[in-house]
Amino acid sequence: MSALAHAAAPAGAPAPAAQETAKRSWTAYLLLLPGALWLGVFFVLPLVQLASVSLQSRYPGFPGYYYRDLNVENYLRALTDYAPHFARSFLYAGLATLLAFVVAYPLAYAMAFKAGRWRNLMMICVVAPFFTSFILRTFAWSQILADEGWVAGTLEALHLLPGGHIINTPVAVVAGLTYNFLPFMVLPIYASLERADPRVIEAGGDLYANGFTTFRTVTLPMSMPGVLAGTLLTFIPAAGDFVNMELLGPQRGKMVGNVINDQFLAIPGGYPVAAALSFTLMAAILAMVFLYVRRFGTEELV
Amino acid sequence: MATMTPSTRPAAGPSSPAYRPSAAKRAQLWLGRHFAMLAAVLVLLYLFLPVAYTFAFSFNDHGKTNIVWQGFTLEHWRDPCGVPGACESLVTSLQVGAISTVVATVLGTLMALAMVRYRFRGRAASNVLIFVPMATPEIVMGAALLTIFVQGFADVGIHLGFATIVFAHIMFCLSFVVVTVKARIQSLDPRIEEAAQDLYAGPVQTFWKITFPLILPGVLGAAMLAFSLSFDDFIITNFVSGNESTFPKFVYVASRRGIPAEANVIGFSMFVLAVLLVIGAQVVGSVRASRSRD
Repeated sequence: MSALAHAAAPAGAPAPAAQETAKRSWTAYLLLLPGALWLGVFFVLPLVQLASVSLQSRYPGFPGYYYRDLNVENYLRALTDYAPHFARSFLYAGLATLLAFVVAYPLAYAMAFKAGRWRNLMMICVVAPFFTSFILRTFAWSQILADEGWVAGTLEALHLLPGGHIINTPVAVVAGLTYNFLPFMVLPIYASLERADPRVIEAGGDLYANGFTTFRTVTLPMSMPGVLAGTLLTFIPAAGDFVNMELLGPQRGKMVGNVINDQFLAIPGGYPVAAALSFTLMAAILAMVFLYVRRFGTEELV
Repeated sequence: MATMTPSTRPAAGPSSPAYRPSAAKRAQLWLGRHFAMLAAVLVLLYLFLPVAYTFAFSFNDHGKTNIVWQGFTLEHWRDPCGVPGACESLVTSLQVGAISTVVATVLGTLMALAMVRYRFRGRAASNVLIFVPMATPEIVMGAALLTIFVQGFADVGIHLGFATIVFAHIMFCLSFVVVTVKARIQSLDPRIEEAAQDLYAGPVQTFWKITFPLILPGVLGAAMLAFSLSFDDFIITNFVSGNESTFPKFVYVASRRGIPAEANVIGFSMFVLAVLLVIGAQVVGSVRASRSRD
Protein backbone atom coordinates (compact mmCIF):
# COMPACT_ATOMS: atom_id res chain seq x y z
CA MET A 1 0.00 0.00 0.00
CA SER A 2 2.92 2.30 0.47
CA ALA A 3 3.30 2.28 -3.30
CA LEU A 4 -0.23 3.63 -3.51
CA ALA A 5 0.51 6.23 -0.88
CA HIS A 6 3.48 7.42 -2.89
CA ALA A 7 1.37 7.60 -5.98
CA ALA A 8 -1.03 9.80 -4.01
CA ALA A 9 1.62 12.50 -3.88
CA PRO A 10 1.42 13.92 -7.37
CA ALA A 11 4.59 13.27 -9.31
CA GLY A 12 6.33 16.35 -10.55
CA ALA A 13 4.63 18.65 -8.05
CA PRO A 14 7.04 21.26 -6.75
CA ALA A 15 8.46 20.32 -3.34
CA PRO A 16 6.65 22.31 -0.65
CA ALA A 17 8.70 24.88 1.22
CA ALA A 18 10.28 23.72 4.47
CA GLN A 19 7.98 25.93 6.52
CA GLU A 20 4.95 24.44 4.81
CA THR A 21 6.17 20.92 5.60
CA ALA A 22 6.62 21.78 9.28
CA LYS A 23 3.10 23.18 9.46
CA ARG A 24 1.73 20.14 7.69
CA SER A 25 3.39 17.70 10.03
CA TRP A 26 1.92 19.55 13.02
CA THR A 27 -1.53 18.93 11.54
CA ALA A 28 -0.63 15.26 11.14
CA TYR A 29 0.39 14.98 14.79
CA LEU A 30 -2.85 16.65 15.90
CA LEU A 31 -4.89 14.22 13.82
CA LEU A 32 -2.92 11.28 15.10
CA LEU A 33 -2.76 12.24 18.77
CA PRO A 34 -6.15 11.15 20.20
CA GLY A 35 -6.06 7.71 18.61
CA ALA A 36 -2.40 7.16 19.38
CA LEU A 37 -2.99 8.16 23.01
CA TRP A 38 -5.86 5.71 23.22
CA LEU A 39 -3.71 2.89 21.85
CA GLY A 40 -0.92 3.94 24.20
CA VAL A 41 -3.08 3.85 27.33
CA PHE A 42 -5.23 0.81 26.47
CA PHE A 43 -2.84 -1.30 24.41
CA VAL A 44 0.82 -0.49 25.09
CA LEU A 45 0.50 0.29 28.80
CA PRO A 46 -1.50 -2.88 29.57
CA LEU A 47 1.14 -4.93 27.74
CA VAL A 48 3.85 -3.34 29.88
CA GLN A 49 1.82 -4.19 32.96
CA LEU A 50 1.34 -7.74 31.65
CA ALA A 51 5.10 -8.03 31.21
CA SER A 52 5.66 -6.91 34.79
CA VAL A 53 3.00 -9.32 36.10
CA SER A 54 4.66 -12.17 34.20
CA LEU A 55 7.72 -11.62 36.41
CA GLN A 56 5.85 -11.24 39.70
CA SER A 57 5.91 -13.77 42.53
CA ARG A 58 3.10 -14.93 44.76
CA TYR A 59 2.91 -14.13 48.44
CA PRO A 60 3.00 -17.59 49.94
CA GLY A 61 -0.28 -18.28 51.68
CA PHE A 62 -2.11 -15.31 50.12
CA PRO A 63 -3.62 -16.41 46.83
CA GLY A 64 -4.34 -13.43 44.64
CA TYR A 65 -1.55 -11.29 46.09
CA TYR A 66 1.71 -10.76 44.24
CA TYR A 67 4.87 -8.76 44.71
CA ARG A 68 7.15 -7.18 42.16
CA ASP A 69 9.99 -9.49 41.26
CA LEU A 70 12.08 -10.80 38.40
CA ASN A 71 10.75 -14.30 38.64
CA VAL A 72 11.84 -15.96 35.39
CA GLU A 73 10.53 -19.26 36.69
CA ASN A 74 7.06 -18.24 35.48
CA TYR A 75 8.36 -18.45 31.92
CA LEU A 76 10.07 -21.77 32.54
CA ARG A 77 6.80 -23.16 33.86
CA ALA A 78 4.90 -21.68 30.93
CA LEU A 79 7.26 -23.31 28.44
CA THR A 80 7.67 -26.71 30.10
CA ASP A 81 4.34 -27.46 31.80
CA TYR A 82 2.31 -26.04 28.97
CA ALA A 83 4.39 -26.99 25.91
CA PRO A 84 1.73 -29.49 24.75
CA HIS A 85 -0.91 -26.77 24.96
CA PHE A 86 1.15 -24.48 22.77
CA ALA A 87 1.74 -27.31 20.31
CA ARG A 88 -1.98 -28.07 20.12
CA SER A 89 -2.89 -24.39 19.68
CA PHE A 90 -0.52 -23.96 16.75
CA LEU A 91 -1.39 -27.33 15.19
CA TYR A 92 -5.15 -26.82 15.35
CA ALA A 93 -4.91 -23.20 14.24
CA GLY A 94 -2.60 -24.20 11.37
CA LEU A 95 -4.96 -26.96 10.20
CA ALA A 96 -7.94 -24.64 10.47
CA THR A 97 -6.12 -21.97 8.44
CA LEU A 98 -5.29 -24.49 5.71
CA LEU A 99 -8.86 -25.80 5.58
CA ALA A 100 -10.26 -22.27 5.57
CA PHE A 101 -8.02 -21.43 2.62
CA VAL A 102 -9.24 -24.45 0.65
CA VAL A 103 -12.89 -23.65 1.40
CA ALA A 104 -12.62 -19.87 1.02
CA TYR A 105 -10.77 -19.69 -2.28
CA PRO A 106 -13.51 -20.98 -4.59
CA LEU A 107 -16.00 -18.64 -2.92
CA ALA A 108 -13.72 -15.62 -3.24
CA TYR A 109 -12.92 -16.60 -6.86
CA ALA A 110 -16.58 -16.96 -7.77
CA MET A 111 -17.41 -13.63 -6.13
CA ALA A 112 -14.66 -11.85 -8.03
CA PHE A 113 -15.05 -13.37 -11.50
CA LYS A 114 -18.33 -15.28 -11.84
CA ALA A 115 -20.92 -13.60 -9.65
CA GLY A 116 -21.77 -10.59 -11.83
CA ARG A 117 -24.74 -8.80 -10.39
CA TRP A 118 -24.97 -11.29 -7.50
CA ARG A 119 -21.66 -10.06 -6.18
CA ASN A 120 -23.05 -7.65 -3.55
CA LEU A 121 -25.58 -10.18 -2.35
CA MET A 122 -22.84 -12.80 -1.94
CA MET A 123 -20.75 -10.29 -0.05
CA ILE A 124 -23.64 -9.72 2.36
CA CYS A 125 -24.04 -13.47 2.75
CA VAL A 126 -20.39 -13.86 3.74
CA VAL A 127 -20.64 -11.21 6.44
CA ALA A 128 -24.22 -11.85 7.59
CA PRO A 129 -23.60 -14.89 9.83
CA PHE A 130 -21.38 -12.63 11.96
CA PHE A 131 -24.49 -10.95 13.26
CA THR A 132 -25.70 -14.09 14.97
CA SER A 133 -23.44 -14.23 18.01
CA PHE A 134 -20.45 -16.47 17.24
CA ILE A 135 -21.05 -18.29 20.49
CA LEU A 136 -24.59 -19.16 19.40
CA ARG A 137 -23.21 -20.45 16.09
CA THR A 138 -20.49 -22.47 17.79
CA PHE A 139 -23.11 -23.90 20.10
CA ALA A 140 -25.16 -24.78 17.01
CA TRP A 141 -22.14 -26.73 15.72
CA SER A 142 -22.09 -28.69 18.95
CA GLN A 143 -25.69 -29.69 18.14
CA ILE A 144 -24.89 -30.45 14.49
CA LEU A 145 -21.89 -32.59 15.38
CA ALA A 146 -23.51 -34.26 18.39
CA ASP A 147 -23.56 -38.06 18.55
CA GLU A 148 -27.30 -38.16 17.86
CA GLY A 149 -27.01 -35.56 15.03
CA TRP A 150 -27.24 -36.34 11.32
CA VAL A 151 -23.54 -35.74 10.56
CA ALA A 152 -22.31 -38.32 13.07
CA GLY A 153 -25.19 -40.62 12.09
CA THR A 154 -24.34 -40.49 8.37
CA LEU A 155 -20.63 -40.99 8.93
CA GLU A 156 -21.33 -43.88 11.27
CA ALA A 157 -23.63 -45.52 8.72
CA LEU A 158 -20.84 -45.21 6.13
CA HIS A 159 -18.33 -46.67 8.63
CA LEU A 160 -16.27 -43.51 8.33
CA LEU A 161 -16.27 -42.74 12.03
CA PRO A 162 -13.66 -44.92 13.68
CA GLY A 163 -13.81 -43.26 17.10
CA GLY A 164 -17.59 -43.16 17.18
CA HIS A 165 -17.72 -39.45 18.05
CA ILE A 166 -17.04 -36.11 16.41
CA ILE A 167 -18.12 -33.86 19.23
CA ASN A 168 -15.60 -33.52 22.07
CA THR A 169 -12.71 -34.46 19.78
CA PRO A 170 -9.93 -32.31 18.26
CA VAL A 171 -11.65 -32.80 14.88
CA ALA A 172 -14.65 -30.84 16.13
CA VAL A 173 -12.35 -28.11 17.46
CA VAL A 174 -10.59 -27.72 14.09
CA ALA A 175 -13.97 -27.73 12.34
CA GLY A 176 -15.22 -25.01 14.65
CA LEU A 177 -12.11 -22.88 14.20
CA THR A 178 -12.30 -23.28 10.42
CA TYR A 179 -15.93 -22.21 10.39
CA ASN A 180 -15.61 -19.27 12.77
CA PHE A 181 -12.76 -17.52 10.99
CA LEU A 182 -13.72 -18.37 7.39
CA PRO A 183 -14.99 -14.86 6.49
CA PHE A 184 -11.60 -13.44 7.51
CA MET A 185 -10.09 -15.64 4.81
CA VAL A 186 -12.73 -14.97 2.13
CA LEU A 187 -12.78 -11.18 2.27
CA PRO A 188 -9.05 -10.38 1.75
CA ILE A 189 -8.71 -12.99 -1.03
CA TYR A 190 -11.79 -11.57 -2.71
CA ALA A 191 -10.42 -8.04 -2.35
CA SER A 192 -7.16 -8.90 -4.10
CA LEU A 193 -8.82 -11.01 -6.82
CA GLU A 194 -11.29 -8.21 -7.51
CA ARG A 195 -8.39 -5.89 -8.25
CA ALA A 196 -6.89 -8.40 -10.67
CA ASP A 197 -7.59 -8.02 -14.37
CA PRO A 198 -9.57 -11.04 -15.62
CA ARG A 199 -7.99 -10.60 -19.05
CA VAL A 200 -4.63 -11.61 -17.60
CA ILE A 201 -6.18 -14.91 -16.54
CA GLU A 202 -7.74 -15.34 -20.00
CA ALA A 203 -4.35 -14.73 -21.52
CA GLY A 204 -3.12 -17.78 -19.60
CA GLY A 205 -5.76 -19.85 -21.36
CA ASP A 206 -4.95 -18.29 -24.72
CA LEU A 207 -1.36 -19.35 -24.23
CA TYR A 208 -2.55 -22.97 -23.98
CA ALA A 209 -2.16 -23.29 -20.23
CA ASN A 210 -4.77 -25.66 -18.81
CA GLY A 211 -7.05 -24.57 -15.98
CA PHE A 212 -4.81 -25.75 -13.20
CA THR A 213 -1.63 -24.29 -14.69
CA THR A 214 -3.35 -20.95 -15.23
CA PHE A 215 -4.51 -21.01 -11.64
CA ARG A 216 -1.10 -21.93 -10.27
CA THR A 217 0.97 -19.54 -12.38
CA VAL A 218 -1.39 -16.60 -12.87
CA THR A 219 -4.42 -16.44 -10.57
CA LEU A 220 -2.84 -17.58 -7.31
CA PRO A 221 0.20 -15.27 -7.49
CA MET A 222 -2.07 -12.33 -8.25
CA SER A 223 -4.11 -13.07 -5.12
CA MET A 224 -1.07 -13.63 -2.88
CA PRO A 225 -1.48 -10.39 -0.87
CA GLY A 226 -5.03 -11.44 -0.03
CA VAL A 227 -4.00 -15.00 0.79
CA LEU A 228 -1.29 -13.65 3.06
CA ALA A 229 -3.62 -11.30 4.91
CA GLY A 230 -6.33 -13.97 5.08
CA THR A 231 -4.07 -16.64 6.56
CA LEU A 232 -2.85 -14.19 9.22
CA LEU A 233 -6.37 -12.99 10.05
CA THR A 234 -7.43 -16.63 10.43
CA PHE A 235 -4.39 -18.09 12.19
CA ILE A 236 -3.92 -15.40 14.84
CA PRO A 237 -7.40 -15.48 16.39
CA ALA A 238 -7.55 -19.27 15.99
CA ALA A 239 -4.28 -19.77 17.89
CA GLY A 240 -5.53 -17.71 20.83
CA ASP A 241 -9.09 -19.03 20.85
CA PHE A 242 -10.55 -21.01 23.72
CA VAL A 243 -14.28 -20.89 22.99
CA ASN A 244 -14.25 -23.59 20.29
CA MET A 245 -12.25 -25.90 22.57
CA GLU A 246 -14.60 -25.16 25.45
CA LEU A 247 -17.82 -25.80 23.49
CA LEU A 248 -16.70 -28.47 21.01
CA GLY A 249 -13.51 -30.02 22.36
CA PRO A 250 -12.53 -32.79 24.75
CA GLN A 251 -12.29 -32.38 28.50
CA ARG A 252 -8.55 -33.04 28.49
CA GLY A 253 -5.96 -31.79 26.01
CA LYS A 254 -6.91 -28.12 25.99
CA MET A 255 -5.31 -25.28 24.05
CA VAL A 256 -3.16 -22.52 25.49
CA GLY A 257 -6.06 -20.04 25.38
CA ASN A 258 -8.03 -22.21 27.79
CA VAL A 259 -5.11 -22.30 30.23
CA ILE A 260 -4.67 -18.52 30.13
CA ASN A 261 -8.39 -17.96 30.59
CA ASP A 262 -8.67 -20.41 33.49
CA GLN A 263 -5.50 -19.22 35.22
CA PHE A 264 -6.69 -15.62 35.12
CA LEU A 265 -10.37 -16.01 35.83
CA ALA A 266 -10.87 -19.29 37.65
CA ILE A 267 -7.71 -20.21 39.56
CA PRO A 268 -6.67 -17.96 42.45
CA GLY A 269 -3.02 -17.01 42.27
CA GLY A 270 -2.70 -17.83 38.59
CA TYR A 271 -1.81 -14.37 37.33
CA PRO A 272 2.00 -14.56 36.91
CA VAL A 273 2.13 -17.86 35.01
CA ALA A 274 -0.89 -16.85 32.92
CA ALA A 275 0.80 -13.56 32.08
CA ALA A 276 3.97 -15.43 31.10
CA LEU A 277 1.86 -17.74 28.91
CA SER A 278 0.16 -14.75 27.26
CA PHE A 279 3.46 -13.08 26.55
CA THR A 280 4.98 -16.24 25.13
CA LEU A 281 1.94 -16.72 22.90
CA MET A 282 2.14 -13.16 21.64
CA ALA A 283 5.89 -13.37 21.05
CA ALA A 284 5.54 -16.67 19.19
CA ILE A 285 2.76 -15.30 16.99
CA LEU A 286 4.56 -12.04 16.25
CA ALA A 287 7.73 -13.97 15.36
CA MET A 288 5.76 -16.23 13.02
CA VAL A 289 3.99 -13.28 11.45
CA PHE A 290 7.32 -11.54 10.93
CA LEU A 291 8.97 -14.58 9.31
CA TYR A 292 5.89 -15.32 7.23
CA VAL A 293 5.59 -11.77 5.96
CA ARG A 294 9.30 -11.70 5.15
CA ARG A 295 9.05 -14.98 3.29
CA PHE A 296 5.86 -14.31 1.29
CA GLY A 297 5.20 -10.70 2.01
CA THR A 298 4.59 -7.79 -0.20
CA GLU A 299 4.49 -4.17 0.77
CA GLU A 300 0.74 -4.31 0.78
CA LEU A 301 0.34 -5.69 4.27
CA VAL A 302 0.89 -2.62 6.40
CA MET B 1 -20.18 -14.21 -17.28
CA ALA B 2 -19.14 -17.04 -19.58
CA THR B 3 -18.16 -14.40 -22.11
CA MET B 4 -15.24 -13.51 -19.90
CA THR B 5 -13.67 -16.93 -20.29
CA PRO B 6 -13.74 -17.86 -23.95
CA SER B 7 -11.27 -20.64 -23.30
CA THR B 8 -14.02 -22.61 -21.57
CA ARG B 9 -16.25 -22.69 -24.63
CA PRO B 10 -14.92 -25.53 -26.72
CA ALA B 11 -18.52 -26.54 -27.50
CA ALA B 12 -18.83 -23.63 -29.91
CA GLY B 13 -17.89 -25.76 -32.89
CA PRO B 14 -19.97 -26.30 -36.05
CA SER B 15 -23.57 -26.93 -35.07
CA SER B 16 -24.12 -29.99 -37.23
CA PRO B 17 -25.44 -32.96 -35.24
CA ALA B 18 -22.21 -34.85 -35.73
CA TYR B 19 -20.42 -32.36 -33.53
CA ARG B 20 -23.08 -32.28 -30.88
CA PRO B 21 -21.43 -33.52 -27.68
CA SER B 22 -23.06 -36.27 -25.68
CA ALA B 23 -25.21 -35.53 -22.66
CA ALA B 24 -22.44 -36.64 -20.33
CA LYS B 25 -19.92 -34.47 -22.13
CA ARG B 26 -22.30 -31.49 -21.96
CA ALA B 27 -22.87 -32.05 -18.25
CA GLN B 28 -19.13 -32.14 -17.78
CA LEU B 29 -18.72 -28.89 -19.70
CA TRP B 30 -21.50 -27.22 -17.75
CA LEU B 31 -19.88 -28.35 -14.52
CA GLY B 32 -16.52 -27.06 -15.68
CA ARG B 33 -17.96 -23.66 -16.47
CA HIS B 34 -19.95 -23.33 -13.26
CA PHE B 35 -17.67 -25.20 -10.88
CA ALA B 36 -16.56 -22.10 -8.97
CA MET B 37 -20.12 -20.82 -8.61
CA LEU B 38 -21.38 -24.22 -7.43
CA ALA B 39 -18.60 -24.47 -4.88
CA ALA B 40 -19.35 -20.92 -3.74
CA VAL B 41 -23.01 -21.70 -3.18
CA LEU B 42 -22.06 -24.78 -1.17
CA VAL B 43 -19.69 -22.72 0.98
CA LEU B 44 -22.40 -20.12 1.58
CA LEU B 45 -24.81 -22.87 2.64
CA TYR B 46 -22.13 -24.11 5.04
CA LEU B 47 -21.78 -20.58 6.45
CA PHE B 48 -25.53 -20.39 7.03
CA LEU B 49 -26.03 -23.88 8.44
CA PRO B 50 -25.50 -22.90 12.12
CA VAL B 51 -27.66 -19.79 11.63
CA ALA B 52 -30.43 -22.06 10.38
CA TYR B 53 -29.95 -24.26 13.44
CA THR B 54 -30.14 -21.22 15.72
CA PHE B 55 -33.38 -20.23 14.00
CA ALA B 56 -34.89 -23.72 14.15
CA PHE B 57 -34.06 -24.22 17.81
CA SER B 58 -35.67 -20.90 18.73
CA PHE B 59 -38.93 -22.82 18.25
CA ASN B 60 -37.86 -25.79 20.34
CA ASP B 61 -40.20 -26.63 23.17
CA HIS B 62 -37.25 -27.53 25.33
CA GLY B 63 -37.11 -28.44 28.98
CA LYS B 64 -33.92 -27.77 30.88
CA THR B 65 -31.48 -27.79 27.97
CA ASN B 66 -32.06 -26.72 24.39
CA ILE B 67 -29.92 -29.35 22.68
CA VAL B 68 -32.26 -31.98 21.27
CA TRP B 69 -35.45 -31.21 19.33
CA GLN B 70 -38.47 -31.78 21.53
CA GLY B 71 -41.36 -30.09 19.78
CA PHE B 72 -42.57 -26.87 18.22
CA THR B 73 -43.61 -23.82 20.21
CA LEU B 74 -43.91 -20.07 19.67
CA GLU B 75 -43.52 -19.48 23.40
CA HIS B 76 -39.95 -18.07 23.17
CA TRP B 77 -40.85 -15.63 20.42
CA ARG B 78 -43.76 -14.31 22.47
CA ASP B 79 -41.49 -13.10 25.26
CA PRO B 80 -37.76 -13.15 24.42
CA CYS B 81 -37.07 -11.12 27.57
CA GLY B 82 -38.69 -13.77 29.74
CA VAL B 83 -35.32 -15.19 30.73
CA PRO B 84 -33.59 -13.12 33.41
CA GLY B 85 -30.57 -11.28 32.05
CA ALA B 86 -31.16 -11.91 28.33
CA CYS B 87 -32.51 -8.51 27.32
CA GLU B 88 -30.49 -6.60 29.93
CA SER B 89 -27.31 -8.01 28.43
CA LEU B 90 -28.54 -7.22 24.91
CA VAL B 91 -29.14 -3.58 25.89
CA THR B 92 -25.65 -3.40 27.41
CA SER B 93 -24.17 -4.81 24.19
CA LEU B 94 -26.04 -2.28 22.06
CA GLN B 95 -24.91 0.60 24.28
CA VAL B 96 -21.30 -0.56 24.34
CA GLY B 97 -21.41 -1.07 20.58
CA ALA B 98 -22.86 2.37 19.89
CA ILE B 99 -20.40 4.29 22.08
CA SER B 100 -17.36 2.29 20.94
CA THR B 101 -18.35 2.64 17.29
CA VAL B 102 -18.72 6.42 17.44
CA VAL B 103 -15.47 7.03 19.34
CA ALA B 104 -13.40 4.48 17.40
CA THR B 105 -14.72 5.74 14.04
CA VAL B 106 -13.90 9.38 14.81
CA LEU B 107 -10.43 8.67 16.24
CA GLY B 108 -9.66 6.11 13.53
CA THR B 109 -10.71 8.38 10.67
CA LEU B 110 -8.46 11.17 11.96
CA MET B 111 -5.58 8.72 12.20
CA ALA B 112 -6.22 7.41 8.69
CA LEU B 113 -6.17 10.96 7.29
CA ALA B 114 -2.85 11.63 9.02
CA MET B 115 -1.36 8.36 7.77
CA VAL B 116 -2.29 8.80 4.11
CA ARG B 117 -2.10 12.53 3.58
CA TYR B 118 1.00 13.51 5.54
CA ARG B 119 4.67 12.56 5.65
CA PHE B 120 6.01 13.09 9.15
CA ARG B 121 8.59 11.80 11.58
CA GLY B 122 7.34 8.73 13.42
CA ARG B 123 5.09 7.62 10.59
CA ALA B 124 6.59 4.13 10.50
CA ALA B 125 6.25 3.80 14.29
CA SER B 126 2.60 4.88 14.04
CA ASN B 127 2.07 2.21 11.40
CA VAL B 128 3.41 -0.42 13.78
CA LEU B 129 1.26 0.92 16.63
CA ILE B 130 -1.81 0.53 14.41
CA PHE B 131 -0.84 -2.87 12.99
CA VAL B 132 0.26 -4.73 16.14
CA PRO B 133 -3.14 -4.71 17.92
CA MET B 134 -4.58 -6.54 14.90
CA ALA B 135 -1.81 -9.15 15.10
CA THR B 136 -2.27 -9.70 18.84
CA PRO B 137 -4.57 -12.52 19.92
CA GLU B 138 -7.62 -11.27 21.78
CA ILE B 139 -6.80 -13.36 24.80
CA VAL B 140 -3.48 -11.53 25.23
CA MET B 141 -5.18 -8.13 24.97
CA GLY B 142 -7.85 -9.24 27.41
CA ALA B 143 -5.28 -10.51 29.89
CA ALA B 144 -3.18 -7.36 29.60
CA LEU B 145 -6.22 -5.12 30.12
CA LEU B 146 -7.30 -7.17 33.11
CA THR B 147 -3.91 -6.82 34.81
CA ILE B 148 -3.80 -3.06 34.32
CA PHE B 149 -7.43 -2.51 35.32
CA VAL B 150 -7.02 -4.59 38.47
CA GLN B 151 -3.48 -3.69 39.50
CA GLY B 152 -3.09 -0.18 38.10
CA PHE B 153 -6.28 1.69 37.26
CA ALA B 154 -8.23 0.47 40.31
CA ASP B 155 -6.17 2.94 42.35
CA VAL B 156 -7.62 5.84 40.37
CA GLY B 157 -11.17 4.64 40.83
CA ILE B 158 -11.69 2.68 37.61
CA HIS B 159 -13.24 -0.70 38.34
CA LEU B 160 -14.24 -3.51 36.03
CA GLY B 161 -17.64 -2.83 34.50
CA PHE B 162 -19.38 -0.94 31.72
CA ALA B 163 -16.65 1.71 31.33
CA THR B 164 -13.78 -0.77 31.10
CA ILE B 165 -15.67 -2.75 28.43
CA VAL B 166 -16.09 0.45 26.38
CA PHE B 167 -12.41 1.42 26.81
CA ALA B 168 -11.31 -2.00 25.58
CA HIS B 169 -13.77 -2.11 22.66
CA ILE B 170 -12.70 1.32 21.38
CA MET B 171 -9.09 0.11 21.51
CA PHE B 172 -9.53 -3.06 19.45
CA CYS B 173 -11.93 -1.44 16.96
CA LEU B 174 -9.58 1.48 16.31
CA SER B 175 -7.02 -0.32 14.14
CA PHE B 176 -9.70 -1.87 11.95
CA VAL B 177 -11.28 1.55 11.40
CA VAL B 178 -7.91 3.04 10.43
CA VAL B 179 -7.22 0.28 7.89
CA THR B 180 -10.69 0.49 6.34
CA VAL B 181 -10.76 4.28 6.03
CA LYS B 182 -7.13 4.36 4.85
CA ALA B 183 -8.00 2.10 1.93
CA ARG B 184 -10.81 4.47 0.93
CA ILE B 185 -8.65 7.60 1.14
CA GLN B 186 -5.91 5.93 -0.91
CA SER B 187 -8.40 5.18 -3.67
CA LEU B 188 -9.28 8.87 -4.04
CA ASP B 189 -7.73 11.14 -6.64
CA PRO B 190 -5.86 13.87 -4.71
CA ARG B 191 -6.30 16.19 -7.68
CA ILE B 192 -9.97 16.68 -6.75
CA GLU B 193 -8.92 18.34 -3.50
CA GLU B 194 -6.22 20.29 -5.27
CA ALA B 195 -8.84 21.56 -7.69
CA ALA B 196 -10.93 22.76 -4.74
CA GLN B 197 -7.96 24.61 -3.35
CA ASP B 198 -7.22 26.08 -6.75
CA LEU B 199 -10.77 27.44 -6.63
CA TYR B 200 -9.84 29.25 -3.39
CA ALA B 201 -11.49 26.85 -0.95
CA GLY B 202 -9.77 26.93 2.45
CA PRO B 203 -8.55 23.70 4.06
CA VAL B 204 -11.62 23.44 6.32
CA GLN B 205 -14.01 24.08 3.46
CA THR B 206 -12.13 21.61 1.26
CA PHE B 207 -12.41 18.97 3.96
CA TRP B 208 -16.15 19.30 4.61
CA LYS B 209 -17.22 19.96 1.01
CA ILE B 210 -14.89 17.60 -0.84
CA THR B 211 -12.87 15.16 1.26
CA PHE B 212 -15.48 14.16 3.81
CA PRO B 213 -18.28 13.31 1.34
CA LEU B 214 -15.79 11.29 -0.71
CA ILE B 215 -14.49 9.24 2.21
CA LEU B 216 -17.94 8.88 3.82
CA PRO B 217 -18.64 5.40 2.34
CA GLY B 218 -15.36 4.18 3.81
CA VAL B 219 -16.16 5.78 7.17
CA LEU B 220 -19.62 4.19 7.24
CA GLY B 221 -18.14 0.81 6.32
CA ALA B 222 -15.60 1.18 9.09
CA ALA B 223 -18.35 2.08 11.56
CA MET B 224 -20.32 -1.02 10.59
CA LEU B 225 -17.23 -3.16 11.01
CA ALA B 226 -16.52 -1.59 14.40
CA PHE B 227 -20.06 -2.17 15.59
CA SER B 228 -20.08 -5.80 14.53
CA LEU B 229 -16.66 -6.42 16.12
CA SER B 230 -17.82 -4.82 19.36
CA PHE B 231 -21.24 -6.45 19.39
CA ASP B 232 -19.88 -9.95 18.91
CA ASP B 233 -16.79 -9.72 21.10
CA PHE B 234 -16.60 -12.22 23.88
CA ILE B 235 -12.96 -13.00 24.75
CA ILE B 236 -11.80 -9.49 25.69
CA THR B 237 -15.15 -8.60 27.23
CA ASN B 238 -14.97 -11.69 29.41
CA PHE B 239 -11.73 -10.39 30.92
CA VAL B 240 -12.68 -6.77 31.52
CA SER B 241 -16.41 -6.89 32.30
CA GLY B 242 -16.45 -7.80 36.01
CA ASN B 243 -20.09 -8.37 36.93
CA GLU B 244 -21.44 -6.58 33.86
CA SER B 245 -22.87 -8.90 31.21
CA THR B 246 -22.98 -8.42 27.45
CA PHE B 247 -25.06 -10.58 25.13
CA PRO B 248 -22.19 -12.89 24.05
CA LYS B 249 -21.16 -13.26 27.68
CA PHE B 250 -24.74 -14.06 28.65
CA VAL B 251 -24.88 -16.76 25.96
CA TYR B 252 -21.51 -18.21 26.95
CA VAL B 253 -22.37 -18.39 30.64
CA ALA B 254 -25.74 -19.92 29.77
CA SER B 255 -24.11 -22.49 27.47
CA ARG B 256 -22.76 -24.36 30.49
CA ARG B 257 -26.28 -25.39 31.46
CA GLY B 258 -27.97 -25.07 28.08
CA ILE B 259 -28.71 -21.87 26.20
CA PRO B 260 -32.37 -20.85 26.57
CA ALA B 261 -34.22 -20.60 23.25
CA GLU B 262 -34.89 -16.91 24.03
CA ALA B 263 -31.21 -16.30 23.27
CA ASN B 264 -31.74 -17.93 19.86
CA VAL B 265 -34.70 -15.61 19.27
CA ILE B 266 -32.58 -12.54 20.11
CA GLY B 267 -29.54 -13.76 18.14
CA PHE B 268 -31.57 -14.56 15.05
CA SER B 269 -33.52 -11.28 15.24
CA MET B 270 -30.26 -9.33 15.35
CA PHE B 271 -29.13 -11.26 12.28
CA VAL B 272 -32.32 -10.41 10.34
CA LEU B 273 -32.14 -6.78 11.43
CA ALA B 274 -28.51 -6.45 10.36
CA VAL B 275 -29.11 -8.09 6.97
CA LEU B 276 -32.10 -5.82 6.31
CA LEU B 277 -30.03 -2.78 7.28
CA VAL B 278 -27.17 -3.78 5.00
CA ILE B 279 -29.46 -4.53 2.05
CA GLY B 280 -31.31 -1.27 2.69
CA ALA B 281 -28.06 0.67 2.65
CA GLN B 282 -27.03 -1.06 -0.60
CA VAL B 283 -30.35 -0.23 -2.27
CA VAL B 284 -30.21 3.42 -1.15
CA GLY B 285 -26.61 3.60 -2.34
CA SER B 286 -27.36 2.19 -5.79
CA VAL B 287 -30.45 4.40 -6.22
CA ARG B 288 -28.33 7.45 -5.38
CA ALA B 289 -25.59 6.30 -7.73
CA SER B 290 -28.02 5.85 -10.63
CA ARG B 291 -29.61 9.24 -9.92
CA SER B 292 -26.30 11.05 -9.95
CA ARG B 293 -25.46 9.30 -13.22
CA ASP B 294 -28.59 10.71 -14.90
